[in-house]
Amino acid sequence: MSAQAVLFDTPGPKGRRNIAIGNVVGTVIVLGVLAWALVQMGSKGQFDPAKWAVMVDPETWQFYFLPGLQNTLTAAAYAIVLAMVFGLLFGVGRLASNSVIRGFCGLVVEFFRAVPVLIMMIAGWFSAALLLNIPPEDAPLFGVVAGLTLYNGSVIAELVRSGVHGLPKGQREASLAIGMTRGQSLRSVELPQALIAMLPSLISQFVVILKDTALGYIITYPELLRSARLVGSDAPFPILQAMAVAAVLFIVINFLLSWAAGRLARRFGGRSSDSGKPAPRVGITTGLAGTADTRDETGGN
Amino acid sequence: MSEFLDTLSGYDIAGAYWVNLKLTAFAAVLALVLGTTLAMMRISPVTSLRWAGTTYVNVVRNMPLTIIMASMILVLWPQLGLTLADDFATNFFRLAVIALAVYHASFVCESIRSGVNTVPVGQAEAARAIGLAFLPAARLVILPQAFRGAIAPLGNTLIALIKNSTVAAAASVPEISVLMREMVENDANFVVPIFLTIAVGFVIIVVPVGVLTTYLSRRLAVSR
Repeated sequence: MSAQAVLFDTPGPKGRRNIAIGNVVGTVIVLGVLAWALVQMGSKGQFDPAKWAVMVDPETWQFYFLPGLQNTLTAAAYAIVLAMVFGLLFGVGRLASNSVIRGFCGLVVEFFRAVPVLIMMIAGWFSAALLLNIPPEDAPLFGVVAGLTLYNGSVIAELVRSGVHGLPKGQREASLAIGMTRGQSLRSVELPQALIAMLPSLISQFVVILKDTALGYIITYPELLRSARLVGSDAPFPILQAMAVAAVLFIVINFLLSWAAGRLARRFGGRSSDSGKPAPRVGITTGLAGTADTRDETGGN
Repeated sequence: MSEFLDTLSGYDIAGAYWVNLKLTAFAAVLALVLGTTLAMMRISPVTSLRWAGTTYVNVVRNMPLTIIMASMILVLWPQLGLTLADDFATNFFRLAVIALAVYHASFVCESIRSGVNTVPVGQAEAARAIGLAFLPAARLVILPQAFRGAIAPLGNTLIALIKNSTVAAAASVPEISVLMREMVENDANFVVPIFLTIAVGFVIIVVPVGVLTTYLSRRLAVSR
């Protein structure tokens, strides 16, 4: 790990010995905490084979986990597509030369970024049935998608805006010089480049969307977490085990997406000027993965 | 309009927001402590601690907060017997605080690490040159500057925490999203005004925090 070497010198014999001691102590502490947790679980009967058998029962997967996963992915897919549309619309709106359009889009984006996703989901869930005549069984899905679209669409709008602002000025100047209008320049020169530059951040935002579908649990959308809860509510009540399976499924999918974002960041890293963030100052590199920086920290959940 | 205001006055909206703010305050302190510890582990020379810190951050950041929150109330308390208070409400509140802190600690850790990235190499080299070992160097030279550089991302994390305090609904804590649900269930004809009222409340809470942290991050930035 040469990246770490700036915080501490390449250790000499004494330093190496201290680090080795620290390593052993650290390992003992980490393993000790894990062992303590496992003993606690064991003493409460969490290693009862019957509880784990439910998790490998094909029927559990057929009737609970897979439909739950499918509902999670469905909601995420709708939300990703709609959030992209919303984001492009309002992102371009924020770049418009007309100050009324710009101001309106700015207001909408700032508003939906400040409101918790869950509040929007609850509003969408109830207005679906009351105002929009959506059949009650579809109302939870509508609520989930509405909340995710408005929040993440606003974040994507900001990404679009910062992506276009991050482009070298010469790009627009050149397109104006060859006789394009501002709109044409934006559409066919600036946006395509901005989209490539923001690709890693965009995928990180998709991770946020996927994670936030779990909020649907609160508004009764039958997603993965809710089906895990159902699995756990029957004898022998393997709720810990079911939650663990749901958590692992979420982690694996999101980890793959984050990994893809990191790959793309490296692949396109040097191409565009930047994705709207200043290049990290020369400093102590702690091996920060691309995703760590681009991941939207304000991401709902 | 007056009818709507009558409806509003029937609910303790300020009280519900107060619960959100309390959740946020307690969770923020815990998350800051845990997150700083994790950041120290991740930049330390000790491989096993580095590895443990990295694993924690990667696992927790990819897990939905709702799962952590629900696990507190469905697993940790009833199955594993983690009881933090004798009465139900306090117990649920404390479990929710822990869930929020555990989740946001990983974001705090990453914020501080990005703050460490703003400290020039020369600072660490100088600290070593005057004979400081890793811990004193981190405590006296790196971290004070890193915290100043991390104010903006820490502010974002705080804003996320304020908004995410609504997820405590999954742990049956009577905060604003639970109240909102109750309100729209009782007064269905006012869905939109109720939503706008509660949303504006969040705008009022969140926007000043954003302005303040942006101001502080400029004001306290180490000029180089």
